[in-house]
Amino acid sequence: MGWWRRVRTTWSQRDDDFEAERRFHIDALSDRYVRDGVSADEARQAALRRFGNPTLTRERTLDADTFRWLDDLRRDVGYAVRLLVRNPEFSLLALFCLTIGIGANAAVFSWIEGILLRPYPLVVGQDRLFAVTATSRGTTEHSSVSWPDWLDLQRQSTTIDAFIADRITGTMLSIGDRAERAAGSMVSANYFDALGVRPILGRGFEPGEDIGRNAHPVVVISYQLWRERFHGDPAVIGRTQLLNGLPHTIVGVAPEGFYGTFVGYAFQFWVPVSMQPQFEAGVYKLEDRAAQWVEGFVRLKPDVSIERAQSELSAIATRLERIHPDTNVGRGVRLWPLWQTPFNGATILQPTLVVSLIVVAAVLFVACANVGNLLLLRALARRQELTIRLSIGAGRGRIVKQLLTEGLILSLLAGAAGLLLAYWLRDALGLLTPPRGVVLRLAGAIDWRVFAASAGVGIGATLLFALVPAVLTSKIDLADALRSESAGVTGPRGTWVRSTLVLVQVSLSCVLLVSAALLIRSTLALRGASPGFAVRNLLTTSVDLFAAGYEPSRAKAFQDEFIDRVEAIPGVEAAALSRLTPFSYRTYSSAAIVIDGYIPPPDQQLTIEYNEISPDFLATIGIPLAAGRDFTRADDEGGLPVAIVDETMARQFWPRKDAVGRRIQLKGQWLQVVGVAANAKYHNLLEAPMPFFYVPLRQHFSPTTALHVRTAASAAALAPTLVREIHRLDAGISPSELITMREQINRTTASQRVALTMLVAFGGLALVLAAIGLYGVMASAVAQSRRELALRMALGAAPADLVRVVLTSGLVVTGIGMVVGTAAALQGTRLLGYLLYEVGPRDPVAFVSAVLVVAIAAILACVVPAWRATRTDPIHALRG
Amino acid sequence: MLRRRKDDALQGTLDLLVLTTLSRGPQHGYGIAAHIQAISDDTLRAEEGSLYPALHRMEHLGWIRAEWQTTENNRRARIYRLTKAGEKRLKEEQAKWERLTRAIGKFLRYA
Repeated sequence: MGWWRRVRTTWSQRDDDFEAERRFHIDALSDRYVRDGVSADEARQAALRRFGNPTLTRERTLDADTFRWLDDLRRDVGYAVRLLVRNPEFSLLALFCLTIGIGANAAVFSWIEGILLRPYPLVVGQDRLFAVTATSRGTTEHSSVSWPDWLDLQRQSTTIDAFIADRITGTMLSIGDRAERAAGSMVSANYFDALGVRPILGRGFEPGEDIGRNAHPVVVISYQLWRERFHGDPAVIGRTQLLNGLPHTIVGVAPEGFYGTFVGYAFQFWVPVSMQPQFEAGVYKLEDRAAQWVEGFVRLKPDVSIERAQSELSAIATRLERIHPDTNVGRGVRLWPLWQTPFNGATILQPTLVVSLIVVAAVLFVACANVGNLLLLRALARRQELTIRLSIGAGRGRIVKQLLTEGLILSLLAGAAGLLLAYWLRDALGLLTPPRGVVLRLAGAIDWRVFAASAGVGIGATLLFALVPAVLTSKIDLADALRSESAGVTGPRGTWVRSTLVLVQVSLSCVLLVSAALLIRSTLALRGASPGFAVRNLLTTSVDLFAAGYEPSRAKAFQDEFIDRVEAIPGVEAAALSRLTPFSYRTYSSAAIVIDGYIPPPDQQLTIEYNEISPDFLATIGIPLAAGRDFTRADDEGGLPVAIVDETMARQFWPRKDAVGRRIQLKGQWLQVVGVAANAKYHNLLEAPMPFFYVPLRQHFSPTTALHVRTAASAAALAPTLVREIHRLDAGISPSELITMREQINRTTASQRVALTMLVAFGGLALVLAAIGLYGVMASAVAQSRRELALRMALGAAPADLVRVVLTSGLVVTGIGMVVGTAAALQGTRLLGYLLYEVGPRDPVAFVSAVLVVAIAAILACVVPAWRATRTDPIHALRG
Repeated sequence: MLRRRKDDALQGTLDLLVLTTLSRGPQHGYGIAAHIQAISDDTLRAEEGSLYPALHRMEHLGWIRAEWQTTENNRRARIYRLTKAGEKRLKEEQAKWERLTRAIGKFLRYA
């Protein structure tokens, strides 16, 4: 009999083989008796007698034909399911708690998997993929790699299978009559082959297509773009599409579900890096070792460790440093695991996801404590049954096994529901992240790893919440339990365990609420935070003249004319341009600079970020000047090269002297410092003051600029007027979305928002769960001590005394929990440090308010049981 | 997965009788019982209540294999036959039995 047959027999409890065998045996035996001369009837009777008790034999044969453990499991499962169905309130409450606990964990697992660990759908071998950046000796900052360096690394490395260059870019995509911003990428020719992504139509890039200046205007478009903008037309291959004013031939369509290799954005198109000048305002960087702009990934050969690859690349970088001292002084290369990739959304989200993981783990603990308490309560209700089962000889192991089975069934159901919850929540991070005008992609992935981890959490949870009650229950002291009804599970030990569980719940809720309070305080502070300029009534948008095909001279004329027209719009106080808008996700220009009179440490380069701005930019956005003057229209191509530095830079390099009149060298050209601007924030509100400087847009021209408009009053209605003015100049140009500077700044606080949402939601949830747990313990404690309470009443205690007795015992547990929780929070909130703005991790206001909330919840949870205590009827209770 | 039950002497004996019977050729349950009884001149009787559980157990242990066949008088019978593992087991059981009987014989002679 096969294994499966045996399982089936176990399940059906029917052994057809044995029945048929028995029939044959009886027949054969009666045949023999007949042959010996007995009548047929008598022979049959004799044979049946001879065979003995058929039921017993059947049972014993069945025993051999079934799996004992499976049979036990079948009984346990059946019994547990019946019990769960019979107590729907218990089952639903337990399932609710566990689903929240397991589901929250599964959701965070899926985010970590889909955003940090294996962020790129369809890309093969992500386990061996590492991000590459350049480093600069003397700083912890990282930067991009120059294309010549990239090629040298590729040529000389022996430990790496593929170098996959990938630089984010964007364009205004006009197809038909609709224009919208699309994120794309400039990639090395091996991109699709190396990633293992096969275009569904046409081809990827061919070797050599990443060589030359604008030499290969070909583009691979995303599946989404193909469906939405080209109506899924298979004839799209070979057609041309204008990208930044230049016709590109569409050579391929990427498969559905491939979004490129950038955490955060869904890319819509890919061009070879040879098209770099076309996408970066005409500046040709492919042969410039000083220009650092390439980002990308390497795939290590199998069995090569990251350490080995890193040391090889570092050796090559040292060699390059020696060969090209002008450009490569102090320059190194560094590999990063994908989840630490510094140049995409991973950097922003990784710490937030770590906090999320801790938060959901805490919620799971609180939920488990609740279910554990519920199970203990249930054990109390079933004490009679369990005592009887134990006294008639059930093994304690069997009882534990049966209670664990019940827990496992709960976990299994909750795990399934939790995964469903995680599936619904997989896009939640993207929804919490503010829109940026291009297609965002921050999706969780539910694969077998997330599945396995969630199953592990489920099993762990079961052990947490079911094992303690099961073991406690199986330890019923039979003699005691049979003698009196008050002993057994409900004895001092049961209450003690339940109080401890509540204590743990209260402390965890306390920690979560303190963290939530800190983040709320921080968010309030951020809302009022000053970026160093006046945010009110400031609007920003961008105008891409390069994409519209403007030559520099035409672009300059357009910009001057445009600013004049915008300033003439009623309600507009000032308008100015800059290459990059502050708080943009895109990177400022940055270059190695030399400062007159400042000698950097040997083997190091000084790299500082700067912005190219029009005259009146500082005045328009409201950055005051600490010394010197603002740029004027005279600071143009013909004028003396000038710069304005910020106060931090002035203090750092000319600590005791006036910065105005000093010189800095940028790209081989000396600039005269004409002004010192007040410090401002450049990337986000949380950054520390950093050296920064400004140069005139006219002297460092960019046809792609951000426009800043200061209005007299709130001017939401300005957008149509602005578009009209632009169209009057050129009907073919559309600005990107017009947003307030406040909105622009808010977009940089996405991780705070995610963390705040997580902590407030889950902190509140944990508190509710803890309050339910406390209520349960107090209610059953009151029910158990009815006699004691009745006795007190009979001896003259007033209802107020009884309330006090009950409240005190409940609040003692809460109080200890709050002390433990506060102590833990004092240690733990340091983890939030990077998210906190102008709030210390031990902020007393946050601590006191969180503790107050916990205390109020605890009192509410104890009041009802206390009130019930006063309703005890002494006579009834003492008699019964 | 299969827990080997402790071989008590009685069960071991029944196993030995069954395996020896089957070593002479495939046989159904009734045939095995009849054979044991006939060969031992009615001294040994394999009780049906023990025989069938033992047959099914040995089948799971892989010592014997069973299949349904039609007998000469057109009845369907479950025929058991010895497997390789069963033959090996039979040799072990026989050796064990001989050791035991030799020991007991020696004991009876010298005690």
